[in-house]
Amino acid sequence: MPEAPGGTLYRGREGMWSWVAHRVTGVLIFFFLLVHVLDTSLVRVSPEAYNVVISAYKTPIMGLGEAGLVAAIVFHAFNGVRVILVDYWSKGPRYHRVMLYVVLGLFVVTMAGFLPRHLMNVFGGGH
Amino acid sequence: MTTTPSAQVIPSPRDPYARRKTTRGNYELYSWVFMRASGVLLIVLIFGHLFVNLMVGEGVHRIDFAFVGGKWTSPFWQVWDLLMLWLAMFHGTNGVRTIINDYASRDLTRGILKTLLYLAFVITVALGTLVIFTFEPCPANADPALLASICFE
Repeated sequence: MPEAPGGTLYRGREGMWSWVAHRVTGVLIFFFLLVHVLDTSLVRVSPEAYNVVISAYKTPIMGLGEAGLVAAIVFHAFNGVRVILVDYWSKGPRYHRVMLYVVLGLFVVTMAGFLPRHLMNVFGGGH
Repeated sequence: MTTTPSAQVIPSPRDPYARRKTTRGNYELYSWVFMRASGVLLIVLIFGHLFVNLMVGEGVHRIDFAFVGGKWTSPFWQVWDLLMLWLAMFHGTNGVRTIINDYASRDLTRGILKTLLYLAFVITVALGTLVIFTFEPCPANADPALLASICFE
């Protein structure tokens, strides 16, 4: 299989895979948004209806889903900033690969702050 | 009376060269700029939303009708959520539109998918906006145990 030519931004390696991940996470977040507006709209039906549906978000399986959703959002957000820098910063295209590793580093730090707290809320006792 | 040669319009040699006079406007350029501008705002709006709803207190366990009632009696959170809804729906719909244009090569398939997408956009934005503006945090005849403390002040 031929190697991707050197020096391209969006073909093979970090440039392309970050682009793929940006699309996949974007679509995931969009479909969750549609569902989320629908479930929130139940506040117009009755307090009981809303509480029943929102209690589904508090189960362990949905708790893991929320962790995945937050991970998708955090990656999409940080990589989005990287895309903006590639577009507007004069040195952006040169450092796009380094910036992806910065994005991944910030992703790990952010998730390290979020996950323990969220998982304790989901799986912790007292509820 | 005849027109004098000096009245003829002669293009200035400094006229900007245009390969092709554009007839389609700059829609895709504006959409590209919008994705970046709305993206930056959405980072602030969504990170704030996630922090308040998942990190503060007992996180997701705190969310119920009373929690929403407490938030949406404040114009601050009404504006926050309205802005988030509109920006996220435009941003997300435009992103999915781009993806459909990229992968659905048959005209009919592309047309159907984009029609469904725009339908979902209109329904979701209309429903969400209506809910934020017509929400009743203290409905009459509701179980008082399920309502926000603000209903009893």
